Amino acid sequence: MIDINNLHKSFNKKTVLNGLNLNVEKGNSSVIIGGSGTGKSVLIKCILGLIMPDNGKIEINNKTIFENGDYITPNKTKIGMLFQGGALFDSLKIWQNVSFYHIQKGEKKKFCFNNAIINLEKVGLDSTIANLYPSEISGGMQKRVALARAIAIEPDVIFFDEPTTGLDPINADIINKLIIEKVKDIGATSLTITHDMASARSIADKIHMLHEGKIIWEGDKYEIEKTDNPYVVQFINGYSDGPIN
Amino acid sequence: MIGIISSIGNVVVFFLNETGKFFIFFLRILKSFFGRWYLRNIINQAVFIGYFSLPVVALTSFFTGGALALQIYYGGNQFNSESIVSSIVALGITRELGPVLGGIVVAGRVSAAIAAEIGTMKVTEQIDALKTLSAEPHSYLVVPRIISGIIMLPILILFADIIGIMGGWFIGVQSLDFNGSVYIQNTINFLEISDVTSGLIKASVFGFLITLMGCYQGFNSKGGAQGVGKATTNAVVSSSVLILASNYIMTNLFFAN
Repeated sequence: MIDINNLHKSFNKKTVLNGLNLNVEKGNSSVIIGGSGTGKSVLIKCILGLIMPDNGKIEINNKTIFENGDYITPNKTKIGMLFQGGALFDSLKIWQNVSFYHIQKGEKKKFCFNNAIINLEKVGLDSTIANLYPSEISGGMQKRVALARAIAIEPDVIFFDEPTTGLDPINADIINKLIIEKVKDIGATSLTITHDMASARSIADKIHMLHEGKIIWEGDKYEIEKTDNPYVVQFINGYSDGPIN
Repeated sequence: MIGIISSIGNVVVFFLNETGKFFIFFLRILKSFFGRWYLRNIINQAVFIGYFSLPVVALTSFFTGGALALQIYYGGNQFNSESIVSSIVALGITRELGPVLGGIVVAGRVSAAIAAEIGTMKVTEQIDALKTLSAEPHSYLVVPRIISGIIMLPILILFADIIGIMGGWFIGVQSLDFNGSVYIQNTINFLEISDVTSGLIKASVFGFLITLMGCYQGFNSKGGAQGVGKATTNAVVSSSVLILASNYIMTNLFFAN
């Protein structure tokens, strides 16, 4: 479960998150949609502890991880993250990337290699790429390897930052299906940020619309088609005219 | 008038801001030194900084030793002082030219590479990925590089000292008709352990500065390729200037009395 209350974040004088409230139920898949520069990535980075929020409260699985302007450590929740560009370590081989968490924990090399192969197979990749470097595989494969790395730690909570960006429609659909399958397999709570509506409709149990630092609409993926909220209507239909400038 | 005061104020604020950022970075590294040490990373960096820098440092040192021998010979010839060539080459190389030129060459090679690698990791979110996978970036990336720099630079400079002296010897024997064994005997007689150790201490400090500046600039790179390029340039410039400045301070400390 992810529970965020009254989260604020500004960069100099620019307010990015302005009293944001968000609740994602345990085991659910939520998607945050919103235009470029609305603070979607900042929100995820605040939850992950990569950017310090100014104020508010963040709880994961009923444990407060941020409150009163400071992170409360240690956060024992296992969190997986699929970065927009994959963020694979280009000096390490594919199997070392996938099993990076276990290598850091001091697990034996054989275990780490086998674990990487199992997780690569879960995302439809075979062992022949295990000894290659990230630069030697395609962009679509890199996204799958990044997904394998995110699920390899068997996270309680998993975040996806624009998982289909830069992929062709077929590869994007493959990634969407893998996300749904694997999140269900490991029973994780997931939060995805995207501006790809096809991806949002495919992945989401619940969709939240972020605008001017706040969630201005939320509902399930069927409700979004029927809403008359002008911001949502403009966004999902891609109209240039409307309340969003 | 207000414009001038405002400009000065901006420069002061910028300077204080950068100093504060650097100080916080330095404190984080200090804290990381008491955390986990990644031995494999330390070995990899030691090979990169030490072994792969050896050819360029050796060549620099050899030619510097040779040029120094010629300069002393032609300069000293007016006063019939050819005999001091070997001793001054040995002193010059071990105390100053070996560590300083070796340090600057390594700064160009290593500091730039560190800034480029860490800068690229920063802009492609690999450093954020490290954090999400429970690896503390300063322990994983910075500490191994700094340890390797501190250890490998003195070893590298010890080789540079030997090769530089041999460069002087080679030119002395081949071009200036010195007796080879007398040249070496003069070098051994004149050189003291403290001459070599002072150079090696300098090298260790330079190793720290080179790797520290490479990591700092890499961690603070912003944007895309342009930001990484800027970080690389800043790393080389700042580490080179710091090498020269710290060399002056250390020379003053070691030899003033």
